[in-house]
Amino acid sequence: MEERNQQPTETLKDIKQLMERSSRFISLSGLSGIAAGVCALIGAWIADDILSEAGWRFPADPFRNITGDLVTMRLLFLGAAVFVAALLLSFFLTYQRSKKLNLPIWDHTSRRLLWNLFVPIAAGGLFVLGMLQYGEWRFVAPACLIFYGLGLINGSKYTWTDIRYLGYLEIVLGAINMCWIGYGLYFWAIGFGVLHIFYGAIMWYKYERNA
Amino acid sequence: MKNPITGLNKIFESRIRLGVMSILIVNEEINFNDLKQLLEVTDGNLATHLVNLEENGFIKVHKGFIGRKTNTTYSITKSGEKAFAEHITALENMIKGVK
Repeated sequence: MEERNQQPTETLKDIKQLMERSSRFISLSGLSGIAAGVCALIGAWIADDILSEAGWRFPADPFRNITGDLVTMRLLFLGAAVFVAALLLSFFLTYQRSKKLNLPIWDHTSRRLLWNLFVPIAAGGLFVLGMLQYGEWRFVAPACLIFYGLGLINGSKYTWTDIRYLGYLEIVLGAINMCWIGYGLYFWAIGFGVLHIFYGAIMWYKYERNA
Repeated sequence: MKNPITGLNKIFESRIRLGVMSILIVNEEINFNDLKQLLEVTDGNLATHLVNLEENGFIKVHKGFIGRKTNTTYSITKSGEKAFAEHITALENMIKGVK
């Protein structure tokens, strides 16, 4: 930054830009959303395979019991793999974007964003594991969607505000899912797959297309 | 301190000092390295401007430690917020005046 006389319009523009860059993590790439969505759809497809192999038909019978079921372990493992794959891919794409923008990937904005996203999501993860301990599978998809939505709304204060609306949509989807318990996997695939791809595409179009 | 004609604050004529204020107005507190990265300035340059802002009572300095490393953070004071807001208003008035 050099010292020189500026027009007031330019000065105000600089001030606004600094406020934005210093308080929000703006390297978050829309491509990250698309990649996470693709991971989720592949995961849902494999989960559908695992379930039909185990004799589950859609919509699932809400009164079916799963205690001691090997299928639960396989699905949990799959879920963890999808989560890690989506995380790594979106981290990589966001890292690329931060390099392009010449902004640090690890500063107070990214730390705040991650922490605020992480707390509701971790709470949701524990809640889901707690339910599964008692063979309660019916509310796994709604709980994933609702807690994830809460995480997004919480994190939206520290990055593009757009993700707040994605958060609202995830919560609404989770709430609707509770009326259609047997369709959890479909709702999960829409919430984590379709909505991520849709939102990622919008954010890419809005912020990265011309950059 | 204030220019009687434009209402602009002389202290904020420096882009670096104005930059520090812009960052502190939206962040509760921020450390030296994050400021340096955001403003793209050298240590010495930034330190001089920070001392100036502190002496004018616009910012507060908190010296802390993370392990053995010093971690100095900065935050804005009430009078800093006021001076910054007035400066922005003056800038806006100038634009309106031009139009």
